[in-house]
Amino acid sequence: MKVKSLADLKKIKAQVQEKIKLREQGENADKIVQVKVAMATCGIATGAKDIMTYLINELDFRGIEAVVTQTGCMGYCYAEPTIEVIVPGKDPLIYGFVTRDKAKEIIDQYILKGEMVDGVIPITYKTIDE
Amino acid sequence: MSDYKMHILVCGGTGCRASQSEKIVANLQSELEFHKIEDEVKIVTTGCFGFCEKGPVIKVVPDNTFYTEVKLSDAKDIVNEHIIKGRPLKRLLYKNPKNDYAVTSTSNIEFYKKQVRIALRNCGFINPENIDEYIARDGYAALGTTLTEMTPEEAIKIIKDSGLRGRGGGGFPTGLKWEITRNVQNDVKYVVCNADEGDPGAFMDRSILEGDPHSVIEAMAICGYCIGASNGLVYIRAEYPLAITRLKVAIDQAREYGLLGDDIMGTGFNFDITIRYGAGAFVCGEETALIHSMEGLRGEPTFKPPFPSVSGYLGKPTNVNNVETFANVPVIINKGAEWFSSIGTEKSRGTKVFALAGKVNNVGLIEVPMGITLREVIFDIGGGIRNGRKFKAVQTGGPSGGCLTEKDLDMPIDYDNLIAAGSMMGSGGMIVLDEDDCMVSIAKFYLEFTLDESCGKCTPCRIGNKRLFEILEKITQGNGVPEDLNRLRILANVIKDTSLCGLGQTSPNPVLSTLDNFYHEYEAHVNDGKCPAGQCKALLRYQIQAEMCTGCTLCFRNCPVGAITGERKAPHHINQALCIKCGICHDKCKFKAISIV
Repeated sequence: MKVKSLADLKKIKAQVQEKIKLREQGENADKIVQVKVAMATCGIATGAKDIMTYLINELDFRGIEAVVTQTGCMGYCYAEPTIEVIVPGKDPLIYGFVTRDKAKEIIDQYILKGEMVDGVIPITYKTIDE
Repeated sequence: MSDYKMHILVCGGTGCRASQSEKIVANLQSELEFHKIEDEVKIVTTGCFGFCEKGPVIKVVPDNTFYTEVKLSDAKDIVNEHIIKGRPLKRLLYKNPKNDYAVTSTSNIEFYKKQVRIALRNCGFINPENIDEYIARDGYAALGTTLTEMTPEEAIKIIKDSGLRGRGGGGFPTGLKWEITRNVQNDVKYVVCNADEGDPGAFMDRSILEGDPHSVIEAMAICGYCIGASNGLVYIRAEYPLAITRLKVAIDQAREYGLLGDDIMGTGFNFDITIRYGAGAFVCGEETALIHSMEGLRGEPTFKPPFPSVSGYLGKPTNVNNVETFANVPVIINKGAEWFSSIGTEKSRGTKVFALAGKVNNVGLIEVPMGITLREVIFDIGGGIRNGRKFKAVQTGGPSGGCLTEKDLDMPIDYDNLIAAGSMMGSGGMIVLDEDDCMVSIAKFYLEFTLDESCGKCTPCRIGNKRLFEILEKITQGNGVPEDLNRLRILANVIKDTSLCGLGQTSPNPVLSTLDNFYHEYEAHVNDGKCPAGQCKALLRYQIQAEMCTGCTLCFRNCPVGAITGERKAPHHINQALCIKCGICHDKCKFKAISIV
């Protein structure tokens, strides 16, 4: 691959940007949407892995800057798969019984428009910081 | 969309490789393959993260989990627990030394909080052996814009306006140097990168070449365009094998992409780089000596003027800049002179990389804005003095610099303040000393280094330093007399005033600066025959305190020279005439009965 002009360089940059996108997002994680998927045994058993892949692809397809990570058991084993959504400047929300449709709804309604979506698990605990 | 959901960044700098980071990569890879997730998780070998104290270090993204002191056997748990189950491994997280809390993300680690990474922007972030990752981080964009949208004069003006000064130690304005070389008429000119990093303890240039070699290549090409040169040379010491390998890989990739060679980016500009190896002589960091060494002559400095900008390599105009200086250039072109000059102080713009070493908790490579105080560097970033000891001094500028003390802790660090305080920026070595360090011995240590490295061309440096060293040796051996202190000062000043090059002119600095700041320690050595820090063996005496000795015979059995006598269950005694002051008895005694006086 020869770079014959500045335009060529920019073209290559656009192609290779993907390679390090994950790392750049990681550096700015607190400024973009973060989704954490509970991936303990119970989560995996109910298909959390599939939901995670779906979220990554769907968010990317729509061009939403977001970090999707996995996390341990959140304790809501009755409501798996559960995900935690953090939109910058807002309190984190936890959704239970997340299917592909639910995930799509969360992206469409909550992440994009900021409207509430059913299925939020109320926070019933306190963290040690409080 | 790439299929990778996670990246595991493993430090591949010399420090972490020494603690088996390459094997950790292999173990991680086989674990991923075992779980059949090698297509979802990518392992990237990066350059130095800077936190060498806690190496080998690993960072998992996008959740930014930072693992320290990872062992080969930990690879399994990292994959099983963190990657598959999403539970960060608590035992490998960095612990804040102040409260012992585990810290997950790099952004919460004190060591990184006050750092501003410009020269080290890609170190620990990209794979240095992959040009695509560099391009993704705006790599070669600065070269592209310079070649297509700027005249050499315009580009030089940006560098001048940015206020960038030479990071190798002298602090000469980089833009001005380029302008001078540009204005000399000649059909052949050279760009030289000085990678002959020689200060004991400094390793920023090595880390930049290991972690982000393309930034140096790009900057050299920009410099070539500005001054009108089509040949670049990197003078690097042969003791840096990893840096050399990565630089070679980077040069090959740049050639393959047409970013080095003929007609770069269709602009008609030609530039290529070759590597020259140095044998690791300290004096070859001096630019005239460096050039002679590249010409195949002895690495000896010659008198300036003529400056290399006028007559350098093979008698042609040559622009010599240091690695870290070059690493700043592409960012300045991309972000503008104004952005760069907004960082730092009035006369020292931008950032400086320091190699923090010695008695601090967090040893490593840091990049901080100019104007930061020593207190912030040592106590916030460095995490304070080891083992709760008391801070005594910090040595900056390596063997050419001096030491700064308690009173300088709140002084903003920049080129001019350091010189005013009797030290210098140097290439950025920063060695922290605590109350257990003897300042006379420290001065002697540095002088021994320059003594070794003196090329021998001029008398003051060759013989003067030898005599200076002998006086220091006499003092640490306990044979010093009060007149020696005055003799030291007179001789040091003569060497400073009459030496040919920078090496000799600065070699007495450690002596002068310790004389200025720690005169009482010298006095204690010559007047009272004591070493206050307890380091000069000849001035120490080991003594058994009869009332605390239980007569366990442990010291008697361990003494290698049979200097200890005594009956069982009765106080023992050390025969001072036989004692070699090895300190074994002191370490072995379980009852703290042996004291140093």
